[in-house]
Amino acid sequence: MKKKSTFSDGFKAGIPIAIGYIPIAIAFGLLAKSAGIPDYISVMMSFFIFAGASQFVGVNLITLGAIHWEIIITTFILNSRHFLMSASISRRIEQNRSKKYLPVLAFGITDETFTVASLRKEPKLSPKFILGLNLIAFSAWNIGTWIGIFLAADLPEILKVSMGIALYAMFIGLLIPALKKSHPALLISFIAIGVHSLLHWVSLFEGLSSGVSIIIATIIAASAGAVIFPKGVSKNG
Amino acid sequence: MDNLWWIVLAMALVTYIPRLLPLVFLNNIYLPPFVNSFLQFIPFAALGALVFPGILYSTGNIASAIAGSIIAIVLAYLNLNIVIVVIGGILGVVVWEILV
Repeated sequence: MKKKSTFSDGFKAGIPIAIGYIPIAIAFGLLAKSAGIPDYISVMMSFFIFAGASQFVGVNLITLGAIHWEIIITTFILNSRHFLMSASISRRIEQNRSKKYLPVLAFGITDETFTVASLRKEPKLSPKFILGLNLIAFSAWNIGTWIGIFLAADLPEILKVSMGIALYAMFIGLLIPALKKSHPALLISFIAIGVHSLLHWVSLFEGLSSGVSIIIATIIAASAGAVIFPKGVSKNG
Repeated sequence: MDNLWWIVLAMALVTYIPRLLPLVFLNNIYLPPFVNSFLQFIPFAALGALVFPGILYSTGNIASAIAGSIIAIVLAYLNLNIVIVVIGGILGVVVWEILV
């Protein structure tokens, strides 16, 4: 009944991501420049890596003079949560004879594009929708990086501080309406919040990086979900 | 610094692998219901873990972060458009930082 979601639907759905990405990417460009990273390297990082936390940590480790392997392994651990997200979204993408577009769609998976795509109402997502979504996020990230490097326009302090909440507000805006509709989803989100809080505040777990904590909390909560609700999210509530 | 090039490409590779492999290999195959259910819960589990407690530290001031969060939660609960939720959250922080 519903029309298939298109490239431009994806583009529109990605606008809140772009709002959140631009100031963070500007901050990245500025940081990389002030750390003495050559401009073309910073541009390459946003173009080829396209992962916020890894790029910040990468610049940090490079300036600290970390061993190459250390930088690469840290990046890998930081991004391993995308194994879970990629696996989850793979079940939602329309199956097609051709799989040629999957490597392109995979490149654009971030916490934010994954979230926006996953919480769409339609059960199957068209590759064009995801392409539009990924493209606006990727463009915003790269444009922001260039602004930070080449215009070197430092944002006013109040704007920098307040934009920090943008992506979190987007997550809330996506999560709460979905949780209102599904009690299983509500329970599982709270389990994840509880586990992550424990890992964060109990000093026994102090050594865990935030990337690892997020993976552990996600796996525990989603496993609890599968045990309590073996038929999945929607069929129970 | 001439080996930075290689570090960036290696970082790109280890970032791409976790994005690529599951998407290509799980897209089209049969998975037992338990695994499917696990994968269906991933977005809700990951979102919970991504938001909290990270949001508390998002503005460098826990009080203003809570102010912005409360505004965002209320607007989201009213099912308003995401862009409005985002702008509301930002404004909540701005107003707190200016007034308090």
